Order: sequence, then C-alpha cells, then structure tokens
Amino acid sequence: MTILLILSVLILITISIWQITKIFELSQPIVKNNTQVADDRDNDINGKLMFAFLAFIYLITLYSFWAWGDVLLPDAASEHGSKYDSLMWITFALIFFVQTITQALLHYFVFKYRGEKGKKALFYSDNDRLEALWTIIPMITLAILIFFGLYTWTEIMSVEENEDALIVELYAQQFNWKARYAGEDGVLGDANIRFLQDFDGKNLVGIDSTDPNGYDDVVTQELHLPVGRDVIFKMRSQDVLHSAFMPHFRAQMNCVPGMITEFQFTPITTTDQMRQKPEMLAKVKKINKIRSENSKKLIANGEEPLEPYIFDYILLCNKICGSSHYNMQMKIVVETPSEFEKWMNQQQNFAEMIQ
Amino acid sequence: MSVIGSAHEEDHGHHHKETFMTKYIFSQDHKMISKQYLITGLFMGIIGIAMSLLFRLQLAWPERPFGIFEVLLGKWAPEGVMDPNVYLALVTIHGTIMVFFVLTAGLSGTFSNLLIPLQIGARDMASGLLNMISFWLFFLSSVIMLMSLFVEAGPAAAGWTIYPPLSALPQAQPGSGLGMTLWLVSMAIFIASSLLGSLNYIVTVINLRTKGMTMSRLPLTIWAFFVTAIIGVVSFPVLLSAALLLIMDRSFGTSFFLSDIFIQGEVLHYQGGSPVLYEHLFWFLGHPEVYIVLLPALGITSEIIATNSRKPIFGYRAMVASILAIAFLSTIVWGHHMFISGMNPFLGSVFTFTTLLIAIPSAVKAFNYITTLWKGNLQLNPAMLFSIGLVSTFISGGLTGIILGDSTLDINVHDTYFVVAHFHLVMGISALYGLFAGVYHWFPKMFGKMMNKNLGYIHFWFTAVCAYGVFFPMHFIGMAGLPRRYYTNTAFPYFDDIANVNIVITVFALIAGLAQLVFLYNFIHSIFYGKKTEQNPWSSTTLEWTAEIKHIHGNWNGPIPHVHRWPYDYSKPGHDVDFVPQNSPLIDGEKELQH
Repeated sequence: MTILLILSVLILITISIWQITKIFELSQPIVKNNTQVADDRDNDINGKLMFAFLAFIYLITLYSFWAWGDVLLPDAASEHGSKYDSLMWITFALIFFVQTITQALLHYFVFKYRGEKGKKALFYSDNDRLEALWTIIPMITLAILIFFGLYTWTEIMSVEENEDALIVELYAQQFNWKARYAGEDGVLGDANIRFLQDFDGKNLVGIDSTDPNGYDDVVTQELHLPVGRDVIFKMRSQDVLHSAFMPHFRAQMNCVPGMITEFQFTPITTTDQMRQKPEMLAKVKKINKIRSENSKKLIANGEEPLEPYIFDYILLCNKICGSSHYNMQMKIVVETPSEFEKWMNQQQNFAEMIQ
Repeated sequence: MSVIGSAHEEDHGHHHKETFMTKYIFSQDHKMISKQYLITGLFMGIIGIAMSLLFRLQLAWPERPFGIFEVLLGKWAPEGVMDPNVYLALVTIHGTIMVFFVLTAGLSGTFSNLLIPLQIGARDMASGLLNMISFWLFFLSSVIMLMSLFVEAGPAAAGWTIYPPLSALPQAQPGSGLGMTLWLVSMAIFIASSLLGSLNYIVTVINLRTKGMTMSRLPLTIWAFFVTAIIGVVSFPVLLSAALLLIMDRSFGTSFFLSDIFIQGEVLHYQGGSPVLYEHLFWFLGHPEVYIVLLPALGITSEIIATNSRKPIFGYRAMVASILAIAFLSTIVWGHHMFISGMNPFLGSVFTFTTLLIAIPSAVKAFNYITTLWKGNLQLNPAMLFSIGLVSTFISGGLTGIILGDSTLDINVHDTYFVVAHFHLVMGISALYGLFAGVYHWFPKMFGKMMNKNLGYIHFWFTAVCAYGVFFPMHFIGMAGLPRRYYTNTAFPYFDDIANVNIVITVFALIAGLAQLVFLYNFIHSIFYGKKTEQNPWSSTTLEWTAEIKHIHGNWNGPIPHVHRWPYDYSKPGHDVDFVPQNSPLIDGEKELQH
C-alpha cells in the first residue's frame, strides 16, 4: 500500500514537473532559436532570485536563533568552561561578521551584474595589492585566534597531579559507564581486563587483587563529584572505543582499550544550583510540556506515560560503539563536599565487595 | 614532449573497427570512460541519498513505524521499526558511498577523464588500457560494496571511518562480520582503481599537452585535477595499508590495532596494538580525501564562473598557488580529527596551527571568486547558479571549520551534529554542487545535447534552499551537545526539546531528495531527446569546444589545435567578440598577460 502511494506521488510529481516546464516554455517570448542557454530573461529572474536567496540565508540564521537559541548549552559548570565559552563566542562573532559580509557581496554581485545582451564585462585579471590584502588580513586574524586557542588548550589539557585532586577512573564498556574512586589512600589500584572474571564477575572493572592500593577503591554506577575540587579523570575501555562526553563541563576524551587517557577539570556549579538557574528552569518547563503532550498520546494507546523530567548532568558516549551507543549514559551529580563524603561512606569498597 | 605527442597522433590516424563491446563496455576512449564513471557515480549517488532519507525519517519520528522501512529493509525493520544496527549500517554506507563512490570517483573520475585530454589538447589519456582497468576496478568495487548490503548479518556499521576495535571484532556488532570484510575488500579495489586513474592523469598532464600549452596556460580545472591526482597518489596508499593491517587483525590474529580486550565474557589474545595508530593511518588519507573531493569541484567552478561572468578569473596565479598550498597543507593536518583521541595534547597544538593555516588559501579562493563576479556580465545558466551556490556553501561551511580546527573549541563540539553540519556544507554540498555544475556545463560535450535550462533552474533553487534548510539547524543541535550517530535521542530527556528541529531538517531533506528527481529526469530525457548542441554553446575559450561534437576516437579530425594564449581572455579589450579561444593567435600588437 505504502509503495503504491509513494509510486503514485512520484508519478504525479513527474507529471507536474513536466507540466511546469511546458508552462515555462509556453510563457517564453517566442525566440527563434531557443538554445537552452540563459537569455536576458533568465538572467533577470535568477539574478533577482539570488538576491532573495541572500535574504533567505539571513532569515534562516535569525529564525534559528529565535526559535532554537534556547536549546544551546547553559553556562559552563566547570572552571575552565568560562574560558572555553568566551573563546567560542569571540570566534562565533568573527564568523558571523565574515559570513554576513561575504555572502552579501557574493549574492549582491550576482544580482547587480546579471547579464544583459550587449553589455561588456570589465577585463580585470589581477591586482596584487588587493590579493595581498586578503591574504594578510585572514593571516593576522587567524594568528590571534591560534594564539588564544593554543593558550587555552595547554591550560585545559595539562593534567597536573596534586595532593588535593580527586582521582576518578571512568570505565567504559558496551554499553554502560562505571566510575572508580581511589578511596582514602588516593591511589587507584592496578587493574587489567584479565582480572574481570575474578570473584565470579564481581570485579567489575578488573582490579588486581594482589595490589593493596586497590582494596579501598570504590566502584559506582553514578558519577558523584564534590563542587570546587579538582578532578583528574583516568579513562579506560574494556572493548571498543568510547568517548566520555560531559557537555555541561566542556569536557570530552576518548576511552581507548589498551591505554589510559586523562582529562582534568573542576566543577563549579552543583546540580541543585544548576536546576535553579532561570534558563534551566525555562528549559525544563519546555521539555516537560513536550513530554506531557507525548504522554497524552501514549495514554490514549494504553501505554505508560512519560515521567516528568528533572535536570541532571549527563555523561554520554560520543564515539560510535555499537547497537546501544545511543543509550550509553551515566548520571553525574555535583554536590557539596559534605554531601559527597556522606555518599562516599555509603559505598562498598573493593575489599568489602569481594568478601 | 613533442616526440611523444607526434607518435601519439600517428597512432590514432587510422580507426579500428569497433564492436558494441569495445565501444560501450570495454572502451579505452577517455570520453566513454568518463560517461561510464558519471553514470556509475550517479547510480551510487541515488542509493547514498536514498539511505540518508531513510535515516532522516528515523531521526525525525523515532517512535513511529514506517511501512517503507519494512519494504526496503525487510527483516531488519520488523513491522516498520528500524533496528539500531541497521541505522548505524545506513549511516556508514551512506558516508562511504557519498565520499568515495560519488564525490571521488563520480566527480573526479568523470571530469578528469573528460577534460584532461580535451582541455590540454591530447588525443586521449596517456594509457587507455590503464584508464579502462581503472574504471572496471571502480565498477567492481561498487558491485562488492552493494553486495555487502545483502549479507546475512548486514553491511559494515562502524561509521565510514571504521575505527577498530569496533570494526575488527565480529562480537562487537553484527556489521563487523562478513559485511566489514566486503567493505575492506571493496575499498582495497577502489584504492587500486583510484591510483591507476591518478597516475594516468598526472602522466597525461605532464607529457601530452599540445604545442603552446605551457603549465601557466592550463585551465584551472586541469590544475585542480592534476594536483588532486598527486594528493591521491600520496595519501591513498596509506589507507590501503590501514585496510590491509585491519584485514590482518580481523582474519589472521595479528594485533596492530588491538590490545587488552574483554568482550562477551571472554578475554581476547590481542596485545600491544593501538586503535590510535589506525586513526593516524586513516586520517592521513581521510583529511586529504576532503580536498580530493573538493579541489576538482573548485576547479570546475573556476572555469564555469569565468566563462559565465564573461571575465577572466581573478588572480590566476593566486588561484594556482592556493591549490598548491591547500594540497600541501592537507597532508599535515590530519590530527585535527584526533584532538581528543588520547594522543599527546602537544600534537593537538601543532595540528591546530597547521589546520587554521588552511583557512588562508581558502579565503583567497573565496575572495577571488567574488571579485571575478564583480563588474561581470553574468550569464546565469544552471551551471553558473550551482557554481555560485558552491561558493556560498563553501564559505558557510568553511567558516565553522575555524571552530572545529581549534583544538580547544573542538573539545565540546567534536563528533556532534555541529561536525555533521560543517562537513556536509563545506565538502558534501559544495562538491555535489561542483558535480551538478560540471554536468550542466559539459553535458553538451559528453552527449552532444543540451540539458533543459528551466528544469535546471527548478533543480537548483529547490536544492539550494533545502541544503541550507537541512544543515543550518544542525549547527544548533550540535551546539546543544547532541552526538552524531545516535539511533534516537529519546534515551535522553534532556534532548526532548530538539525533536522539532529534527522534524524540520527531515522535511527539508525529503524535499531536497525529490528535487534530485528533477535532475535525473532532465539528465536521462536530455540524453535522448535533448536539443542538439552548437559547437561552443557557452562561448568558451578552452580547447574542448574546438573538438568534434560527435565523439570520435582522437577527439579532433584534423591536427590538434595549437595554443597561443591563457584560457581566460574574456571581454579582452581590442577584440570584437567577448571571448578569444586559446587556439587563436595573438593579433598584431596584442600582448599576452604575464602570469
């Protein structure tokens, strides 16, 4: 049935295109040798359309910002995030400026100089000064961007071991995440996938049971982080490539089987604080409106309605990893140091777990 | 050079008797091979685009079953609900087909073959036999790629970059079984085809130019094809080595890319390899590949914009220099795909630096195109519209490259829809526009007929509006943090508010898909019923328009024309007509431009 419908739609479209061409041809002033080469009328119509197209590009830009500006990420919840955001907005401002000007020139010239019979174009083939100008200007602009970019990059990416830092291992597998905390000694025990089968599969991330550093390690299904404290992530994967993407913290790093990758940041906004931000309240309200509408449809079909949404930070997998890649996630909770201590004390450590 | 040239001329003096097989199938004539490339490329393009429409439907209405899924995908979409593995397979094969089969072979293969001999004044390619083998290897690789769609566990589904271990282990996903083997075999053959073609292009451009056709008188199309071929020869072998090593890991138990893997309750024996090594090898081709796709499109655009503006291309020397600069830089920027792969962050700094440098020659090109239009007498043929469209999407897509090429900013937009939007605009749509522009412009040369211009206009305007309609909103969902290659966003309530953006994108994509049918209809109809072309329909200066309309082996009935001037003498003062063909001698007192 669907095939029949689609076929008939296609056939109708073909017929209508054929008819439209007929109309085009008939409406053409009678020219003796219609050669399928653009004539003055084509140049005129398409030149004007090109100008309209410029308006379309501007409009779709403005409309997108107006309609979807609120889907963009909220202010960064990590210390380096504000630097990231300002670099992003500076680059964006520059891009918009260049985009607006160059698209305007391009489309306006097409409109302005649309062809006419008998007109002669200007023979103008070279101007070294002009070309030097638009080589040097991008060069200087890019030099500045590169300078700022590299400065920020070095700052973000240099992982500095320090006494106060919280060390967390992010462990990726098809299709879930685990976190391992170093415990009181602040040192992660050795681990390898060879130990995964020890203790009837209770050794979830393959901690080496002969390494005493690992006894106080804590493995969890949720990522809890104390606000204001430096966190060093050590990332591992047991099967394929994954990528730990924490968009609200402007943080991402691949997890590679066979090696340990690192990323470091300091969360500065607790989950509760983020939930109270006006932009987040508005976003959650909007999402819940959509969800309640979808729920109505589900209830009408006799299915369970959707639960209302409450904001939480998320860790997503951002490197294609197989069938459930789209659902490989972990909840991140940023809380006060005392709340964090309390939560940590409730967790079982490795020694307790394998007993 | 002259010796080779004259020997070649004699060789084509007498005509062999041609059968259907030697004329249409195993032809060694560059014009026929070019048509074979174009038609195979278009066929693959239809499949690639149709796949994208299927997964766009899935993304826009993830919960809703579609009858069409069940019809086309069979057991992989029971009751019209697409399986997540099939979604990944569609994304993978769409990428592979569009990048390699349509925009590399379909674009470069078609126009390098058609234009190199015709524009430099040669009877044929340096080696017709290699050229024929090159096409048939491409055809074979296309067939194998399509065959992989029909294997039991489904085609390759690890993304077009096929990163191991996902692509190496059949346990990791169903597509990494026989489907992946066929993918690798197909690509290995494709690379062989591409290398044979490229070598032929390079040799032909260097050796078979007609008298007077110095390198500084080459049309920019030829410069682009020539440099593209060089990049291909330099970088494709590296992909071949990556593919071979991956085949070894998959089938012979080596550990080039694998180490410490525990999957499906089993510790695998692999030790000491690294997936990051594969990423380096892949992107050493993968990034130049972007320019292998793009440079021919830019070459075609240069030619069409100059011809239809009735003006010389502005800054010929700068255009050649920027092609060379882009080619050189393209081989030392691959690491910008790997900023967060776990490689040393210092390398990230180096690659940021080299990557942003590429913006400079690209900016020069864009400004030179715009200046070429200035004070022209623009003939807005469909080919010209697509060329202008290319410049527009090249700017829009290129600018966001400044964000992605900056290692810092890449952290949060890496592998999101922002990347998808960026590369589709800057290389996908731009190169596709280049392909369309080339087809509209050189259709008379290929088939001796004209395409219908009004259908061309309809095709362009629908495509142009929809291309921005599809890819502009994608920047927003990317900035919102939505990763690419997600089967559905419903697993994250956080993304519920972008569901409507996805619907907008899909609607535009469907209309764009329909608009391509207009092109197909026009293409096929014009081959048979199109109006017969004149000798030089666009009043162009280059040599191909002096060759016979009816295709003959050897291109020119008489001697090959000699060249006396550069290819862009449009509206030159002192001449009555607004174009002076390359083969017309300088008139008394006329000076050739020094360039």
